[in-house]
Amino acid sequence: MAGISSYGGYIPRYRLNRMLIYGAMGWINPVTITNAQGEKAVANFDEDSVTLAVAAGTDCLAGFDRGAVDGVYFASTTAPYKERQNANIVAGALSARDDIRTADFGGSLKAGTTALLAAVEAIAAGNASSMMVCAADCRLGKMGTSQEMIFGDAGAAFLVSDKDVIAEFKGSYSLAYDFVDHFRGAFAQFDRQWEDRWIRDLGFTDFIPQAVAGLCAKYSLQPGDFAKVVYPCYYSGARRSIDNKIGLTPEQVQEDMLGVIGDSGAAQPLVMLAKALEDARPGDKILLVGYGSGCDTLYFEVTDKIAELAPRRGISGSLAIRTDLDNYAKYLVWRRMVPADIGMRGEEDQWTRWSLVWRNSRVVLGMQGNKCTECGTQAYPPQKICVNPDCNAVGRFEPVYVSDKGGKIFSFTSDMLAATPNPPAIYGNVEINDGGKVQLDFTDCALEDLAVSKAVDFSFRLKYYDPKRDISFYFWKAIPAREEVA
Amino acid sequence: MAQGIRDKVAILGMGCTKYGERWDCDSEDLAVQAFVDTLEDAGIEKNDIQAAWLGSHFDEVNIGKGGNFLGVTLHLPYIPVTRTENFCASGTEAFRGACYAVAAGAYDIALALGVEKLKDTGYGGLPNSPAFGQFSQMIGPNATAPGMFAQLATAYSAKYGVPMEKIKEAIAHVSWKSHQNGAKNPRAHLRKPVSMEQIMMAPIIAYPLGLFDCCGVSDGAAAAIVTTPEIAAKLKPNQPLVKVKALQIAVSSGEEVAYNNWDGAGFATTQRAAKRAYEEAGITNPREEISMMEVHDCFSITEFATMEDLQVSPPGGAADDILAGFYDLDGQVPCQPDGGLKCFGHPIASSGIRMIFEMYNQLLGRWPEDRAVKNPKFGLTHNLGGVPTANVCSIGIFGLD
Repeated sequence: MAGISSYGGYIPRYRLNRMLIYGAMGWINPVTITNAQGEKAVANFDEDSVTLAVAAGTDCLAGFDRGAVDGVYFASTTAPYKERQNANIVAGALSARDDIRTADFGGSLKAGTTALLAAVEAIAAGNASSMMVCAADCRLGKMGTSQEMIFGDAGAAFLVSDKDVIAEFKGSYSLAYDFVDHFRGAFAQFDRQWEDRWIRDLGFTDFIPQAVAGLCAKYSLQPGDFAKVVYPCYYSGARRSIDNKIGLTPEQVQEDMLGVIGDSGAAQPLVMLAKALEDARPGDKILLVGYGSGCDTLYFEVTDKIAELAPRRGISGSLAIRTDLDNYAKYLVWRRMVPADIGMRGEEDQWTRWSLVWRNSRVVLGMQGNKCTECGTQAYPPQKICVNPDCNAVGRFEPVYVSDKGGKIFSFTSDMLAATPNPPAIYGNVEINDGGKVQLDFTDCALEDLAVSKAVDFSFRLKYYDPKRDISFYFWKAIPAREEVA
Repeated sequence: MAQGIRDKVAILGMGCTKYGERWDCDSEDLAVQAFVDTLEDAGIEKNDIQAAWLGSHFDEVNIGKGGNFLGVTLHLPYIPVTRTENFCASGTEAFRGACYAVAAGAYDIALALGVEKLKDTGYGGLPNSPAFGQFSQMIGPNATAPGMFAQLATAYSAKYGVPMEKIKEAIAHVSWKSHQNGAKNPRAHLRKPVSMEQIMMAPIIAYPLGLFDCCGVSDGAAAAIVTTPEIAAKLKPNQPLVKVKALQIAVSSGEEVAYNNWDGAGFATTQRAAKRAYEEAGITNPREEISMMEVHDCFSITEFATMEDLQVSPPGGAADDILAGFYDLDGQVPCQPDGGLKCFGHPIASSGIRMIFEMYNQLLGRWPEDRAVKNPKFGLTHNLGGVPTANVCSIGIFGLD
């Protein structure tokens, strides 16, 4: 049996009230008031589609053996690299093995569903027993556009495997159209779209029912057979037309969370699916639809095993951890939409030395430290000679990943001098659980949230961005530990 | 059995430029000025110098690498020049090199000069530089010096249960006292007394450190010429000899940064270096025997913690001593009589020699009444370079014959 064995979600902590956008930019395009309800999730200055995907993947893998993962697929239309496989960064951060299959899926908003489809088919074909699919997007609309209102940042992840399947993969049906409703050229920063009415009426409202009908015909199903139908469409009026056209009752339709997250692009259907699985019951048939340059439809049936999956943060838990981003200008600076001066200190050149990065690949991406086999002392970064002064054994170590161990705050500060687009820079020493100490940047917190001995988790983040060479460099930061959300 | 260098080396002459934002000076100007003053004080000729040590720290904005700068700038006669770089101990390291050479009998007369030109970066604070190597820069926090040292306060508060408010008041007194002293010193960079209120209310740089908790970033140079006590006595028969009683260095072992046996509330290096220095100098009760100190107050919290690491204040007792005026100019052990890094300024590799310059002149009774320490016996200097988790500490103890 091939299907989903676990799911995870990640919504960034910051939420931007859409009226803030309207208040700043409504003057240039007053019609955006029609989209100015609710809030959208906004990635922190040190987050992007890769880090969102890792956060969702980490949530998904809680309680699972990372060494059993045979492949990592990453789906996004806002991948930081065109060349350098983004999925390998995600795989490294998830401390997956080396002998795995990795791929980036992009180019279309249905990249998320296509990645999931590719993964379940690999399992079904017997080519792998366990695959990770991590999708995330951080699309940008120009200031004053409806896209700026609608797009939100989010990630979702699925562990697809052949055992302990909670939602069995039953079949799929796809459509491919060169229908250019939205597009970005190779060097574009912002989304560009054709007329709304055309996208709404010919795109969403035609293609989604067409794809659902295709799947139903292929597997002799009726739309009424599905407990939940998950499809993206940011035109709320059109959703009703689509439901009617397919023949869905309101209870069958998965909510799109547009008012609390926004449309998360290639991740959107998967974010909605992760949410649907939180409430799914054994026997439920779930239909997943991806839209963009055509459609993917995937059909799942929930199994008894869903009751055995340990509760995870998921979309609901992640949504509950929120802070208002009460400053539109800050959003613009964080997303690099406008240039802001962070001081000349921040202009000092920093080279990324790739041969050095490679030698320390697991140490940096996976936060791999080591543990002395003589005395058991754990350390990060890994030591060459045991740091325990009563041991000092040379080269007797086994690797140990500390990224999911968390720790306790040892000392901390909040620094107004350090150059950052999000001052003050907060950082400190953290005592790693099971031993060792490491000095890290802190993120997703304010000074008031910190105290010596308080628990922290580690979160994979953008360490720095080198604008001169277009390098996104990643490492781990400390964040205040978040209580498990039931 | 090694015995150290107590009483084996005497200071023949010293010089120190005015510290400050020396927009008018290159490193060369500063070095020449310190050198000429030192030579004059020593009463010797340039050609009498047989070897030289040059301290400088920031390659990026400074004089570059190697010893050539000093040979070429001073036109030294093809003698050995060795550049020492060991963070903020670079100046004391240069001095130590010269002293060890003399104590070993390798040379009769040696020069140590520390110079640092910091004010060509275009921004405040120290220059950004990968001080701990490329790997560390890759994973280390986006940190500055004030933020690294500020963490002593949170760890200290947690260890001793001293409230942050009391620490804040004590470190404000540290800076208040140094401003009082610096105001009287014509060579000091910052010469304005400031009130406790000004210090306490100043904008935060790195919690809990405010603007006045941070030392001056300055340009400057200082130099010393050392020789054997025998030669010094011959050259200066009418002057008491200032002798080196102890010179000790301790460098972090990596336990502070990676192991869990350090409390974060002080400096493991200073504790070790102090113990060794007291042994070398024959001091058994530092609180009673040390007459005055110039310590590394890069930040007020550093001075605060150092008072305990040097065993002058008892563990957990620094705040009480500081607030009682124990370290004020008229207190029992005046600390920073020249204004310290706080007000005299901190051109990194010059600072260690500047501290010795202060002790040397205090011991010789050369300063005016209003900033003279009464009847000093032992003067202690202390540098702390790097960050609390990985650093170098140098301690010097000086006394009259």
